[in-house]
Amino acid sequence: MADTTNPDRRDFLYIATGAVGAVAVGAMTVPLIDQMNASADTLAVSQIRVDIGQVAVGQQITVLWRGKPVFVRHRTEVDIAEAEAVDWQVLRDPQPDSARVHAGRPEWLVMVGVCTHLGCVPLADRGDYDGWFCPCHGSHYDTSGRIRKGPAPDNLPVPDYAFINDTTLEIG
Amino acid sequence: MSHESTYQPNSGAERWLDARLPVLRLMHDSFSAFPTPKNLNYWYTFGGILTFCLIVQIVTGITLAMHFASDSKLAFASVEHIMRDVNFGWLLRYIHAVGASMFFLAVFIHMFRGIYYGSYKAPRELLWMLGCVILLLMIITGFMGYVLPWGQMSFWGATVITNIFTAIPVIGTPIQEWLVGGFAVGNPTLTRFYALHYLLPFVIFGVVLLHVWALHVTGNNNPTGIEVKGPQDTVPFNPYYTVKDAFGLVLFMLVFAAFVFFAPNALGHPDNYIPANPMVTPEHIVPEWYLLPFYAILRSITFDIWFLSAKLLGVIAMVASIVVLFIMPWLDTSKVKSLRYRPMMRPFFFLFILVCIGLGWVGAETPDKVLFALGDFQYQMVHLGLTLTAAYFAYFLVILPLVGILEKPSPMPASIEESVLKGRKPAQAA
Amino acid sequence: MSLTIRTGAIIAAFTAALSISPALAAGDADHPHTPHEGWSFSGIFGHYEAETLQRGYLVYESVCAACHSMQYVAFRNMAEPGGPGFTMDQVRAIAAQHQVPAGPNEFGETVDEYGLPLTRTATPADYFPAPFANEQAARASNGGALPPDLSLMAKARANGPSYIYSLLAGYEDAPEETELQPGMSYNPFFPNHQLAMAAPLYEGAVEYPDGTEATVEQMSYDVTNFLMWAAEPKLEKRKRMGFQVMAFLFLLAGLLYWSYRKVWADIKH
Repeated sequence: MADTTNPDRRDFLYIATGAVGAVAVGAMTVPLIDQMNASADTLAVSQIRVDIGQVAVGQQITVLWRGKPVFVRHRTEVDIAEAEAVDWQVLRDPQPDSARVHAGRPEWLVMVGVCTHLGCVPLADRGDYDGWFCPCHGSHYDTSGRIRKGPAPDNLPVPDYAFINDTTLEIG
Repeated sequence: MSHESTYQPNSGAERWLDARLPVLRLMHDSFSAFPTPKNLNYWYTFGGILTFCLIVQIVTGITLAMHFASDSKLAFASVEHIMRDVNFGWLLRYIHAVGASMFFLAVFIHMFRGIYYGSYKAPRELLWMLGCVILLLMIITGFMGYVLPWGQMSFWGATVITNIFTAIPVIGTPIQEWLVGGFAVGNPTLTRFYALHYLLPFVIFGVVLLHVWALHVTGNNNPTGIEVKGPQDTVPFNPYYTVKDAFGLVLFMLVFAAFVFFAPNALGHPDNYIPANPMVTPEHIVPEWYLLPFYAILRSITFDIWFLSAKLLGVIAMVASIVVLFIMPWLDTSKVKSLRYRPMMRPFFFLFILVCIGLGWVGAETPDKVLFALGDFQYQMVHLGLTLTAAYFAYFLVILPLVGILEKPSPMPASIEESVLKGRKPAQAA
Repeated sequence: MSLTIRTGAIIAAFTAALSISPALAAGDADHPHTPHEGWSFSGIFGHYEAETLQRGYLVYESVCAACHSMQYVAFRNMAEPGGPGFTMDQVRAIAAQHQVPAGPNEFGETVDEYGLPLTRTATPADYFPAPFANEQAARASNGGALPPDLSLMAKARANGPSYIYSLLAGYEDAPEETELQPGMSYNPFFPNHQLAMAAPLYEGAVEYPDGTEATVEQMSYDVTNFLMWAAEPKLEKRKRMGFQVMAFLFLLAGLLYWSYRKVWADIKH
C-alpha cells in the first residue's frame, strides 16, 4: 500500500537508510586509510633507550632513531660555557642553550644529526664554532647545535627525550 | 534495443560537461532510467553483488600490495607482518581471502541463475560468453593469488597445476618451464604471479564493462524468459532495482562478515600456515573449494585412450568443462528460455547442481578411498569422479540438445505484465 | 515408507552410531580432545584469559623454547591488548633476560673469542630468539628431526588447539603390537602415532607464580592457549568488531528492506 498520504515518514525512512549507508561507507574507509600509517613494528622502534653510562665527557655517540642519526653528546664545561655565552637573540634561529637541553642536565645535548639545509649528516668537532660542520654545503653549528654560518636555515632539531635514570636515555 | 535518452542536465556545469563528455548522461541512461523488467527476483541481485566483490578485492588487494613482499624468502613473513603489525592488516587480509571465496560463491549462483532462466540464449549469447571469459579470468587470478602467501598449499598447488602443461606432448615441458621460470616452481614463479595477479583484476574490470554493455544492448532477461514488450513490463532501474540490489548486497555482506569475523580460516587449508618446503609434500594437496570440481574432473581419467595418456585426457577434460560453457547457447535446442516453463528440463537442472557439488566433494577426497564394494570390484572416489564427470558433460552434450526437442513446454503467459498481474501461471481457462 | 524400509533405516542408523563412538571414546589422531571446559577463545564471544596466557608463556619459555622457535612473536606483543597483558616494564624485564644475535662489532667481527656468534641483550622490539642458528643445527641436536616453529602451530593443524592439547597430554606407553622406531615416542594423537619429541611435560615441570598446580593437563591447557594467542593475537579485536559489524548490518538490512517495500509499494511484481 503506497504511503502517498505521508510523504514525510517515507522520506524519513529513505534519509535514515541513506545516512546509515553513508556511515557504513565512512566506516569502511577507516581501515583503508589507517593501514598506511606506521605499523606496530615501526612504532616499536619509534622510541629507543640508549645506555649513556659509557659516554665520557667530551665524547659523542650516534644512534639510529626513526631512520635518522641522533647525536648524544656529553658536553664539557667549556662547551656549555661557550654555548651559554652566545647572544642568541641575534642568531638566524634564535634559541637559548637552556631551551635545547634539560634543566639540571646541560652536559647532555641530544640532537637529530640531519643538517637542516638539505639533509646531510654534519661532522662533529669541526667547523668555526667548535661544534659541527656539514661538508655538503658548509653549514657551521655551535656547541649547542645552533646554525651560525652557512646555508642551513634552522638549528639542529632536538627530539623529545627523557632520562629514565642517570645512565639511560629514552628518545621518542 | 535503443531508448531515447531522458537525461536532463540540471545546471550550467552539467550542461557544460554533457556537451563535452556525456558521462552523466551515460550513467543516467544506463543505471537510473534504464528500463528493467519489473519481475526480477532476488537471484538477479548477484550481478550487483559481483561488482561489489570485484571492487572489494581490488581495494583490499591494493592495500595488501603496499605491505606484501613478493620474494620467496620474504613472502610468508610479509603476510604475517600484515596480520600482526600493519594497522587493520588482519582485517584486510581476511577480507581479501574470504572475499575470493565469496566472489566465487556469487559467480556460481549468478551462472546457475543464467542457466535456469535461459539468459545464455539468443540474443544474449555474447553476454553469456563474456561472462565465461570473466569466470576464466577469475579462476586464473584466484589460482595465482593463492600462491602468493607461499605456504605449503601455495607452493604445491602451483607445482601440481603448472605440471598440467607437461601433459602436452613435445612442447609441454618447455611451456611449463617457461611458465614457471625455471625447472620447478620457485621465486621467479612467485614474482611473476604477483605481477599478473595485480594486473588481471583490471582486465576483469574491462570485460565486466563489456558484459554490462552487452546486457544493455539486449536488455535484461527475466524469470519468465519472455522478452519485454513495452513500458508496461518495466520499471526504471533507479530507484526500484538500486534499492533491491542494495538490500540483496547487505544480506550477502552479512554472510561475508560472518566468515571474516568469526570463521576466517574455515574455507582455507591449515597447511597454508606452514611455510613452503620443496622437500616435503603435504599429505593431501587440495586447491581452494571453488576449484575442487575442476580438480575432480582433472583427476577423474585414469586410463589411456590410444595415444592419449590419462594425464593428457584429464587435462583435456578439465579444459573442456569450461569450454563447453561457452558453446551452451548453441547446444540448447529449446525455443523456451526459462526453466519455469520447461518441466522436463527442470529436474535435470537440479541434478546438474548436485553433480557439481558432488564433483566438489570428490575433488577434496583421496582418489583411492573406497565408497562401496560389489564383490571383487571396489567403487572408489576416482570412479565416482568419472561418473560425475560423465554426468557433467552429458548435461551439456546430451540433455540440453535432446530435451529441447522432446519436451512439451508448459503454457506461458503472453507477457511479463500478464505474468505479474495474474500470478506465475497464465489465466486458467474459465 | 514401508515397514521393511523403515526398520532397515533404523538398523543402519544404529550401526553407524555404534561404529563412530568407540573411536571418539578412545581418542586418536582423527579425534583430538577438547578440554572439558572448552576453549575460552571459541564462539562469537571468544576471548583470551590473561592469566592463562601468562602461565602458558612460562611453560613455553621454560620447556618448549629450548627446541622450538617462535619467530613471528615479539616481546612487545605480550604488552598489547587482547594478550597476556604484561606491562611494558614487565616486557622490558622479560626481554632483558634474552640474548639476540648482534651485528658485527666495531672491528667487523661477527663472532667472539670462542667462535660463538656475537649477541646483545634483547629489547621489547625484538622477536623471540631462535634456540638454534639454522635448520641443520636444530636437526643435529634433535636426532635428525626438526622442531617446527610454533608461531602459527595452532592454525597450521586441523582443530589446532585441540590437537596440540591432546598431543601434549596424550603421551602413553606404546601398545604391544607397535614397533617403536629408535628415538621415537608413542603418541596416539600424532599422525602414524610415532614422533621424535619425547613427552616434554611432566608433573611439576614449571612452578607457577600464581600457585596453580602444574599438572601435565594444566600445563598443556595453558601452553595451548598461549600458542593460540601467538597464532591469532587479534582474535579478541576481530570478534568484537565482528559483533559490531553484524549488528550494524542487521540494522542496515532492516532499513533497506523497508525502503524496498516502500519503493515497490505501487508496483505489482
